[in-house]
Amino acid sequence: MITKKDLDKIKAATLTENYLDDSREGIRVTVGMATCGIAAGAKPLFRLLKEGTADLEKVEVKMVGCIGSCRLEPMIEVYEGSKRTTYVFMTPEKCQKVLDEHIKGGKVVTEYTIGAADKENASSITEMSYFKSQKRIVLRNCGTIDPENIDEYIARGGYEALDKVLTSMSKEDVVNTLLSSGLRGRGGAGFPTGLKWKFTMAEADQKYVVCNADEGDPGAFMNRSVLEGDPHALLEAMAIAGYTIGATIGYIYIRAEYPLAVERLKIAIKQAEDKGLLGKNIMGSGVDFTIELRLGAGAFVCGEETALIASIEGERGEPRPKPPFPSQSGVFGKPTVINNVGTFANIPQIIVKGVDWFKSTGTEKSSGTKVFALGGKISNPGLVEVPMGTTLRDIIYNMGGGIPNGKKFKAAQTGGPSGGCIPVDHIDTPIDYDSLAEIGTMMGSGGLIIMDEDNCMVDIARYFLDFTVDESCGKCVPCRIGTKRMLEILERITTSKGKADDISKLKELGKNIKLTALCGLGQTAPNPVLSTIRYFEQEYETHIKEHKCPAGSCQAMIAYFIEAEKCIGCGLCARKCPVDAISGEKKQPHKIDRSKCIKCGACMEACPVDAIYKR
Amino acid sequence: MAKMVSLTIDGINVEVEEGTSVLKAAKDIGIMIPTLCYLNGVNSFGGCRICVVDAGAKSLLASCTLPAAEGMVIKTNTKEVQEARRMNMELILSNHDRSCLTCDRNGKCELQDTAFQMNVDEIRFDGKDTKHKLDLSSPAMVRDPNKCILCRRCVAACGRVQDIGVIGPTERGFRTIVEPAFKMSLGDVACINCGQCLQACPTGAITIVDDTKKVWDAIADPNKHVVVQTAPAVRAALGEEFGLPIGTCVTGKMATALKRLGFDRVFDTDFAADLTIMEEGTEFIGRLQNNGVLPMITSCSPGWIKFMEHNYHDFLPNMSSCKSPQQMMGSVIKNYYAPKMNIPRENIVSVSVMPCSAKKFEAGRPEFGDDVDVVITTQELGRMIRMAGIDFERLPDSDFDPLLGDSTGAAVIFGVTGGVMEAALRTVYEVLTKETLEQIEFESIRGMEGLKEATVKINDLDVKIAVAHGTANARKLLDSIRSGEKEYHFIEIMACPGGCINGGGQPLVDSEIKLKTNVVKQRAKALYSEDRGKALRKSHENPSVQQVYKDWLGEPGGHKSHEFLHTKYVERDLY
Repeated sequence: MITKKDLDKIKAATLTENYLDDSREGIRVTVGMATCGIAAGAKPLFRLLKEGTADLEKVEVKMVGCIGSCRLEPMIEVYEGSKRTTYVFMTPEKCQKVLDEHIKGGKVVTEYTIGAADKENASSITEMSYFKSQKRIVLRNCGTIDPENIDEYIARGGYEALDKVLTSMSKEDVVNTLLSSGLRGRGGAGFPTGLKWKFTMAEADQKYVVCNADEGDPGAFMNRSVLEGDPHALLEAMAIAGYTIGATIGYIYIRAEYPLAVERLKIAIKQAEDKGLLGKNIMGSGVDFTIELRLGAGAFVCGEETALIASIEGERGEPRPKPPFPSQSGVFGKPTVINNVGTFANIPQIIVKGVDWFKSTGTEKSSGTKVFALGGKISNPGLVEVPMGTTLRDIIYNMGGGIPNGKKFKAAQTGGPSGGCIPVDHIDTPIDYDSLAEIGTMMGSGGLIIMDEDNCMVDIARYFLDFTVDESCGKCVPCRIGTKRMLEILERITTSKGKADDISKLKELGKNIKLTALCGLGQTAPNPVLSTIRYFEQEYETHIKEHKCPAGSCQAMIAYFIEAEKCIGCGLCARKCPVDAISGEKKQPHKIDRSKCIKCGACMEACPVDAIYKR
Repeated sequence: MAKMVSLTIDGINVEVEEGTSVLKAAKDIGIMIPTLCYLNGVNSFGGCRICVVDAGAKSLLASCTLPAAEGMVIKTNTKEVQEARRMNMELILSNHDRSCLTCDRNGKCELQDTAFQMNVDEIRFDGKDTKHKLDLSSPAMVRDPNKCILCRRCVAACGRVQDIGVIGPTERGFRTIVEPAFKMSLGDVACINCGQCLQACPTGAITIVDDTKKVWDAIADPNKHVVVQTAPAVRAALGEEFGLPIGTCVTGKMATALKRLGFDRVFDTDFAADLTIMEEGTEFIGRLQNNGVLPMITSCSPGWIKFMEHNYHDFLPNMSSCKSPQQMMGSVIKNYYAPKMNIPRENIVSVSVMPCSAKKFEAGRPEFGDDVDVVITTQELGRMIRMAGIDFERLPDSDFDPLLGDSTGAAVIFGVTGGVMEAALRTVYEVLTKETLEQIEFESIRGMEGLKEATVKINDLDVKIAVAHGTANARKLLDSIRSGEKEYHFIEIMACPGGCINGGGQPLVDSEIKLKTNVVKQRAKALYSEDRGKALRKSHENPSVQQVYKDWLGEPGGHKSHEFLHTKYVERDLY
């Protein structure tokens, strides 16, 4: 039986042995080994460092999760005393040099540091301006502790919240703490978490705690980062939920496309069970709680809670009508608490650090932070965690480093295929649940796609709708047929075949689907279309009336031209053209045969003098 | 007693049991909310979004799945609600094969009716249609996915009601289709042809295989002697095809109609039902007295037989070896009636009219040869009568043709759950006790309870009987026997809920009527009252049956009976 005393012992020992805190007496080297790091080539580096330091005393090499700047992977960090150095874009050769010169020789290899790469006067990520303005609660351990080592989690205060709850808090205390913390669902809808738990407290012979780890928004990977980088935070929170509502079984519903996260969760569950932090009689409290994994096959709709529940039960992943809500009738008809990974990951810290600490971040109605997966036309794509209420401008130009190539910001898409766009007029809107809803979009799970002047808003709407049409489960009519009809109209418009009444049809269909679809997926499916019409109706009209795509993005409406005065006749474009559409004499202006041209744009990229343009 | 809740629907206050759907609560006060995917007792699915109402939420909610709650304020008929329903209907129609005029369900289609009711006068959102091949592999049913609106009523009928589940949704989104798993055909899976799916279908997506042309051809052929038999349950429902109230018994009109259609002889499957009791009763007595395999299980329902062959073939030794009444009649017609009338076997066309889609499969089983040439269902007989221009309602009554048209009250109740057992008990009791049975109506095995049990004292023995209808109930019953939890002597199983009166070939009933009336109970009443009106109510008292034994078969369970009236079953794979 493990007690608080044991936790403290593990904590003290691990801090010392793994050189985890600033009073360290040795060198701690970490290798970013989340999916992003491994894909970029971290595994051989990890081996190289392990082998290269095997006979060194006072050097510990550890794998860690993703710190958020996936674009800089593979990343290695070296901690000595209170000094931290972040190396990016590592290769075996560079790594060897870091090993020889820095780890063995004590001299920082400045040219490989993050500051050198991102042209800032900094040697560690924590000194970077885009990192400094973040506030890391959910991601606090991601990229700094070994996710496959429960002791490192404990060293960071892990499982103290569980101990506190089991030894000194009543179930009502926990619910009240969550209620007053103002924590809202991080899956996107923003329902108060404490209320959800409260609704599930009524007596029942069996209850369940479910973690929704079926992250499916295109381009979003906030949950994966937590699962791969700090899995115990989730397990601890689920156990707290189990105690609070009186559930003895928890399910983590996770997509099978996250094999590394699945593996790390399995390891974490096993370690927690071995330590008596999960399973029977947790920490001698008499409380039983076990966690099982349920692997999803990758259907977006299974992120909808009732469809997820159906899938756990072994049924086809289709949503069910609400009411009854999962808190009354969830998994196998039993009361069920179901929360997103991001929501759970906040809970242990709220318990330990208190409501006031949590509420000191964020806005009045949206407390805490939000993790975004920043993508699209942005200089620093990756994960950022910011206080609720941070403006979009701050995220784009501060944490995101602005729009690349000097292009102008056009709009940002939040909430993925369920959300809407934020145009430049609203760039100073504080990002919280209610402000976003006011301007016609939603928080969503955290996908944040930035678009610049080259993005066609009609095509963006078409892209997201294409996704929802493909992911619709097919159960209800408005989603199954309505979104398909909307997509057909958008395909018409973007291929120069739009009709005069298409915009009004889109609005009418969109309104009806929102009003009558069975589940959240269907009800929000028209959002990308409706919000782009709301802010960019003119762009739609230009497509329909003038058969032109103002952004120059819709292929059917553009053509490539060579400016004769600029062309130097080098022939590079003709050689790159995959369909032999370009011809011309050497050193003479070339021409594009538009009957052959497939508008791939390869010529434009190849031209050394920017003589090719599209219109 | 369940808790009552009070809510307001369109300004009218209504009190219902907690958990009742808003749809039903509205029906109670005379507000009929249109539906498509909802089917009372079968499917509450919330998929078609036609029954949406304003419940004060940010979106409209499907009233079929919305539980009534205290203080709820519902609006069923606002402009917003009407427009939403109409647009969803437009969307459904935009992906529907609208060849209504030549559809099996033309004029009897819930989609057509509901679209009309909503005043849908154009379809503004035409786009891509889903195109699928027809599934013609089943001898009983045609699947036309192009007419399917994915309401899943068939899926619920097959899976939830019958616990068979050979059809379900595959693919997803716009590509969703209801079909057997792995793109198999209905004829290749463990479908039992019960037809509950087609009874549930609101459109022409699953229909009965139409064999009327074969019958017309035979009647038109001067060289053929066309003999028809009609099953007990047909008379309890045929009238519905012509607008008569549900539960009207039309035995006499049906016999007249058949004669007018041009059949040379009009016989009654009820005769064969009496014959079945003679054989099955004798078989049961034999098993009782000679330590035979018990419980013995009835074998009249071809859906049940195929279900057993796929799912419960460990019960093969328990099965009565008696052919079903249809096949006994077929055998009697070809092997007794034909030589007696000096008609060459090949010139006889033996037609049966059945409430049952599975009978089409049964007649085609190799062990039955050509005893029954064509099976048409109640629905198809209705079509033939309409085609012939017969004003059914005004037809005079007439009798079946003699001998093979004679029957007792015991035979007519074969059409309802518990009926075969009741008929058997009436005979077995008297044969074994040599006493007259006074109380011949066995109330304990009547009614629509899914599983019924009774103990009947015959001489010194407490005979334990059980009756199951609907294969889901059959499954429960057989599982309890397999596990040793239950023991019985004699069991009746019918594949369809309610028995043959609710067979797959019976007239289709609109879901709105199914919400208001218990159709099965009404039809059952018709048969029970026919039984009560009969002079003879015990199979062994049927003089014509006695004569056929005297002329031809010898004795029940004898050598000749076994040659002509008994059969064998096969073991089938489930996948």
